[in-house]
Amino acid sequence: MTDINKAMVEKYRNDFLKEVEANVEQGDWVKMCMQCGVCSGSCPLGAAWEHPPQEIFMMIRAGKRDEVLKSESMWMCTSCYNCIVRCPRELPITHIMHGLANYAHRIGIAPKMNPTRRFAKMFWKNITAGGRVNELKLSVGLYFMDGFASGIKKGLEMLPVGLGMLKTGRLNPFGLISGGHCKGAGDIRKMIKKAKEIEDKRKGYTA
Amino acid sequence: MARKEYSFYPGCSSERKASASNYMTSVESMCKTLDIKLNEIPDWNCCGASIGYAEGGELPRHVMNARNEALSEKHNAGQDIVATCAACWLGAKESQERINHSETTFADINEILKEAGLKYEGKQKIRHMVEVLIEDLGYEELGKPVKKPLEGIKIAGYVGCQTNRPFGVDGESFENPKYLDKLTETMGAQALDKYEQKVTCCGGALAFSEPEKSQVQIKKIIESAYDHGADMIVTPCPVCQMNVEVYQGQINKKYGTKFKIPVVYYSQLMAVAYGATAKEAALDGNIIRATQLEEIAAKK
Repeated sequence: MTDINKAMVEKYRNDFLKEVEANVEQGDWVKMCMQCGVCSGSCPLGAAWEHPPQEIFMMIRAGKRDEVLKSESMWMCTSCYNCIVRCPRELPITHIMHGLANYAHRIGIAPKMNPTRRFAKMFWKNITAGGRVNELKLSVGLYFMDGFASGIKKGLEMLPVGLGMLKTGRLNPFGLISGGHCKGAGDIRKMIKKAKEIEDKRKGYTA
Repeated sequence: MARKEYSFYPGCSSERKASASNYMTSVESMCKTLDIKLNEIPDWNCCGASIGYAEGGELPRHVMNARNEALSEKHNAGQDIVATCAACWLGAKESQERINHSETTFADINEILKEAGLKYEGKQKIRHMVEVLIEDLGYEELGKPVKKPLEGIKIAGYVGCQTNRPFGVDGESFENPKYLDKLTETMGAQALDKYEQKVTCCGGALAFSEPEKSQVQIKKIIESAYDHGADMIVTPCPVCQMNVEVYQGQINKKYGTKFKIPVVYYSQLMAVAYGATAKEAALDGNIIRATQLEEIAAKK
C-alpha cells in the first residue's frame, strides 16, 4: 500500500463518501445521485464498464472503496459528456469519473496496466515538456509502451495510417527531434509545479 | 479594418504538419472570404485536452488554460476568444467557468500565473468558430459569398460530442443539433436529416488507448452515413475528423466492410463553395479524397 493511500484510509476510516467529497473533483455531488441509471444507459462505452456510473455512485455510498478505486471502469470514460447533459439532477458525472480516476491514480491504487491511464500519463508528460502536443512522440511512445517487439508490431499495424498522415502533410516527419514547443515552456513547467504543490497541500497529500 | 476580429486559439492539432493542419488551412481561406480577422494568441499552449485530467489533476489543468487566457487578455484585449478545436474550446471554457466560480481557485490561479508575470481576469468570452459563424454572421450572410454551390452532394453532418456537449451552441438541442446541416445546406449541398449517429461518440482519445472499443463506435458512425446515402461526412471537430477518417482501413480489415468515405471539415465545404482552390481548401489534406469537392474546386 502506498503511503498516501494508507494515510487516506486512516484519515477517513469507513467513510468513503466523505473521502470522495473531500478529495475527488466535483465529489461533493455524489450524494445527489438518485439512481435513475440514465448515465449508464447513455455511455457510449457502457458495456465496457465493470461498474457503470450509477453503480459507482451507490458503491461510494456503500463504502466500497477498493472496488471503486481499483476499478477499470472510470478509465472507460471517453469524455463525451452525454451523461452530464442527460442527468436529471445535473450531476457533473464526466468530471466525477475523471476525478475518481485521477484520485485513484494519485494515491497509487489505479489499475497499473490500464492503457488509458498509461496513455494519459504519457500525454501529460508530452504537453508539459514543451507546452504543446508533439503528436509523433506521443504515438510512437504509445506503440512502444509494452516494449520493443510489441512496439514494432503495433507500429507496422499503424503504418498505413501514419503514411497517410505523412503524405497529406498531417504528421511531422521530424517530430522526434522538434515540434510542440512554446517559448514559455519553462514558465509552464514552473507554474504546473506550483499548481501541483498547492493542490497536494490542500488535499493533504503532503505534510 | 476587418468586418469581425477575434483572439484566436488554434490549438495543437492545427499546427503545421499536425493532424488537423488541413482544418487550419481551410479556416484561413474561409475567414479571408468572410473578412474575419483572427489574431493568434502569442505563444499559446495546450489546453490539457480531454485526457489531461488523469495525470494533471484539477489546478494544473486550469493553469494551462488560464495562461492562454491571460496572454489573450494581455495581447488581444477586448476581443472574444475563438477556438476551432472542440476540445480546446471545451477545455478553455470549462476552466474559465471553474476558475471564475471559485474565489479560492481564482486566487490560486493568479498566484501561480505570477511565476510567468501574467494576470488572469477571466473576462473574455470563449467561443467555438461555428458559434461565431452562426451568431455573429448568421446563415444568410454566410450564404452570400457562395460562388459554387455544392449541388448534388449528400452530406452526413457528424456533430460528435464536444462541440455539442456539455456547452453546445445556443438554441440547439443536445440530441439533434441542426446547425451543421444548416451550414451544409447554406453551401448548396444536401444534408441528411435522418442521420441518426450525428452525436455519437467516436471514442475520442480512447481511439489510441482502447482502439477496438472505439472502432465499434466509428463503425456505427460511418455505417449510418452510408445507410442514408451520404457521399461524405462533415464534422466541426479535429478528433472526430481524424478518428472517423483514418481507421477506415483497419475497420475494413477487421469487419470485412468496404468503407471509403471522405470526412471533411465544415470549413473545407465553405472554402470550396466560396471559390477556393483545392489547395486553399486543403483538400489535399484528406487521406480519403473528397473527389466531388475537388471537381467543384477545379471548375472555373
